[in-house]
Amino acid sequence: MDGCTPIRAPILHPAGPVALAERDLLFTAVFIMLVVLIPVFVMTFLFAWRYRASGGKGRYTPNWFYSGKIDALIWLVPAAIVVILACLLWSETHRLDPYRQLNAGTRPLEVEAVAQDWKWLFIYPEHGIASVNELAFPAGRPLSLKITSDTVMNSFFIPALGGQIYAMAGMQTRLNLLADRSGCFRGRNMQYSGDGFPDQHFAARALSAEAFEDWVAKARKSPERLDATSYRALAAPSRDHPVSYYSGVAPRLFDSIIAKYAGQHPE
Amino acid sequence: MEMRILGRLTAADALPLYSWVAIGGAVVTILGFLAIIGTITWLGKWRYVWTEWLTSLDHKRIGILYVMLALVMLLRGFVDAIMMRAQQAFALNSGGYLPPEHFDQIFSSHGTIMVFFMAMPFLTGLINIIVPQQIGARDVAFPFMNSVSLWLTAAGAGLVLISLVVGRFSTAGWTGYPPYSGAGYNPGVGVDYWIWAIQVSGIGSTLSGINFIVTILKRRAPGMKLMRMPLFCWTTLASSILMVFAFPALTVTTALLALDRIFDMHFFTNTDGGNLMNYINLFWIWGHPEVYILILPAFGIYSGVVSTFAAKRLFGYKSLVYATMAIALLSFTVWLHHFFTMGASAGVNAFFGVATMVIAVPTGVKVFDWLMTLFRGRITFHPSMLWTLGFIVTFTIGGMTGVLLALPPADYLMHNSTFLVAHFHNMLIPGALFGYLAGYMYWFPKAFGFTLDERWGKRAFWCWISGFYLAFMPLYMLGFMGMARRMERYDVAAWQPPLVIAALGAAVILAGIACLVIQLIASIRTRERRRDLTGDPWDGRTLEWLTASPPAPYNFAVLPQVRDIDALHEMKRRGAVYERPERYEDILLPRNTGAGVLIGGFAFVFGFSAVWHIWWAAAAALLALLAAAAARSFCDRTEFRLSASEIQQIEERRLRQLAGEEAL
Ligand code: HEM
Ligand SMILES: [Cu+2]
Repeated sequence: MDGCTPIRAPILHPAGPVALAERDLLFTAVFIMLVVLIPVFVMTFLFAWRYRASGGKGRYTPNWFYSGKIDALIWLVPAAIVVILACLLWSETHRLDPYRQLNAGTRPLEVEAVAQDWKWLFIYPEHGIASVNELAFPAGRPLSLKITSDTVMNSFFIPALGGQIYAMAGMQTRLNLLADRSGCFRGRNMQYSGDGFPDQHFAARALSAEAFEDWVAKARKSPERLDATSYRALAAPSRDHPVSYYSGVAPRLFDSIIAKYAGQHPE
Repeated sequence: MEMRILGRLTAADALPLYSWVAIGGAVVTILGFLAIIGTITWLGKWRYVWTEWLTSLDHKRIGILYVMLALVMLLRGFVDAIMMRAQQAFALNSGGYLPPEHFDQIFSSHGTIMVFFMAMPFLTGLINIIVPQQIGARDVAFPFMNSVSLWLTAAGAGLVLISLVVGRFSTAGWTGYPPYSGAGYNPGVGVDYWIWAIQVSGIGSTLSGINFIVTILKRRAPGMKLMRMPLFCWTTLASSILMVFAFPALTVTTALLALDRIFDMHFFTNTDGGNLMNYINLFWIWGHPEVYILILPAFGIYSGVVSTFAAKRLFGYKSLVYATMAIALLSFTVWLHHFFTMGASAGVNAFFGVATMVIAVPTGVKVFDWLMTLFRGRITFHPSMLWTLGFIVTFTIGGMTGVLLALPPADYLMHNSTFLVAHFHNMLIPGALFGYLAGYMYWFPKAFGFTLDERWGKRAFWCWISGFYLAFMPLYMLGFMGMARRMERYDVAAWQPPLVIAALGAAVILAGIACLVIQLIASIRTRERRRDLTGDPWDGRTLEWLTASPPAPYNFAVLPQVRDIDALHEMKRRGAVYERPERYEDILLPRNTGAGVLIGGFAFVFGFSAVWHIWWAAAAALLALLAAAAARSFCDRTEFRLSASEIQQIEERRLRQLAGEEAL
């Protein structure tokens, strides 16, 4: 539907520095933990073999049940590993805070994302345009997303570019991503949200600067405009919504979507 | 609003006409129920079942009923699982064979059943049968409350089962996150079934927790100091403390959700000041401790099994005790790791990430303590030992992926994906279920007086463990491929091969379940050959092996004197087992009562009526329930006296049996 050929395993082969750093943290942690894991595997098989009642070679010492040295070792080694991992965790969690603006020498592109049943609306305040189920942005330029939901809780995720964040009605979350090459990636809602959930994905297109300008121009040619009425029609539940564009957007639409949940019933 | 005598219950809404598969499920459920009723009637055993089992306050019988409930629900939960696996194996660019409406009910009922109505009753049952014997007690502290807990749990399970026949189950997952689970987005009865099933059974679990804590603190035999208790008693104590502190949070959270749904309140709605984040926060304040409620008792079982089948005292007993209690305490400090992606600040996420990793330390200590118990032991590969070895290796992998998820930046990638599904099954199947199955095969002779067939037990193990790896390792990979959990269909061709492998894995697990069934049937058939006449078939080290198999209603005619951690082993070394006491004394035992069944029945009617908004019936059932409880509290004759001479008869018979054994 979205015309992308997705990367087979986007998390193993990321296309941006955020996802790459998150993946590397994962790999580093696996390596550190092998210090405990490998001994456990080896000891389990070795002991089961050596001390089997049916002819194992190992000595049998039924009254040996404590050694201060071993006890200390089995507390201290896991503790040491956890201390190392905790330091790593602390610095990386701050460095990879999704709210942190990325610095790539250029001003980030601001996009407002709205989760609806069962599609994604992207509003480009800078350009006054909007798109459904397609998020285009220039590669190499940071993408700064403001995210909310106009329905139940969703979770916004583009695996190739970086981790996810919840989209919640009446609230705004933020996500900062960067693609370091052009390409078309799969994005989706990760939080189950009802019948249309499986199809709730979108194309995330990292384009060259010129291609992005072309894309904006294409959107500007759309006959549709997003005002209160057309927004209501769009927000009604729908499945497999085709990619579509709006050449104009009512001012502060995103804020009004959040604001309508503060206080009263929305209609 | 028009008031209707049956609330919102109408034939059109009630019957599962939305899917052929659901109709099939309803028919199977009804037939299964009729088969049980029919068999008991055909055998003419109603009086026996009622007087000896349903109304029994004997902790061993209550425990057995709990385990039977757990095994039945394991079958149902597994049918759900294999249906999901079959659906996902086929649903590439197609709807598969299950409509979304039905698939969504299935993952919700699978999770709910496995956690609340398989794992909880299984561990509660094993604790009931064994812990009083391990501490040298004659019963739990509150035998009647024990029966109430059982029947409340059964009532909850009944609500989940009947939702397949009358109405439908929740589609909001086992976590029931609002606002999706709110009346606005989910007006039907599904979420209500989920709410009332866990309300009713959750109260049962809280009561069980109280019961076990008091039993362990107050009913220990002379000399059984806390630091001499078998590890299973320690983990039970820890798990029960968690039940008592955590379950009320769940009860309150789901009650607030019920208020939102029924009275249009706004605790968790999108509008009018409601906030879903409160729900998620409260839910996991129960939810994280809950995984330790499930896993800790299994740790206790493994500790006993390792020591018995390595014929060696447990290594680092004190370390194991401290590690257990540390895990229990820490389990209340980490709940936020279930929602790192909610947008909390880096500092908050990092704090809870570190707290989570800290739990890995005592857990690692336990693993090494078990390994050091194997070291220089003499290991026999009883099926229970196989479950334990399989657990050690497999659980360690799950522990590693858990630490990965505790790293917030890594969790941003893996949250809500099949990687997470693989991780928690990697903890719960080896970490909880394998432990319960090890306990089931280890203690079966204690409960029934004959051993289970070991060959079929081993086959079951090998099928389960290989099936587990086949079914769940591909899900880790699918997580890296970006697959979300709870997907009824998908359009990424690359996901299909791993999903097909996962389905094959589920089929191998099905073979493992078949082996369990065959094992049980074959062992019952050959029970005369496999009688356990000593009460101690595995050269046990703890007190439950001192009683007869099955134990007399009072367990111990004379309370044992405990001098060591491995109390029975120490007695054997001193040559002080099976001694004839100078004299016997009368023993007071709890008298059977149907009040527990009645209370459970009223709770079921209450839950069912609340689901369908049949308010007059709900009110009547609630009143009846309270009246039954009040009436019971006025009952003075709650115990009966077993006279010393009757006890002497029973004990003499046992001593003769033991002597005969020795003479052989
Ligand atoms: C016996 C083999 C089992 C198989 C083949 C199996 C399979 C599955 C599958 C296919 C799912 C849905 C995954 C998804 O959302 O994409 C699932 C979810 C789940 N399973 Fe299992 N499972 C098994 C055993 C267990 C056990 C023993 C437990 C707990 C003690 C358990 C607890 C859960 C929970 C809590 C969920 C989440 C439900 C939700 O999404 O709301 N499962 N399982
Ligand atoms: Cu947790």
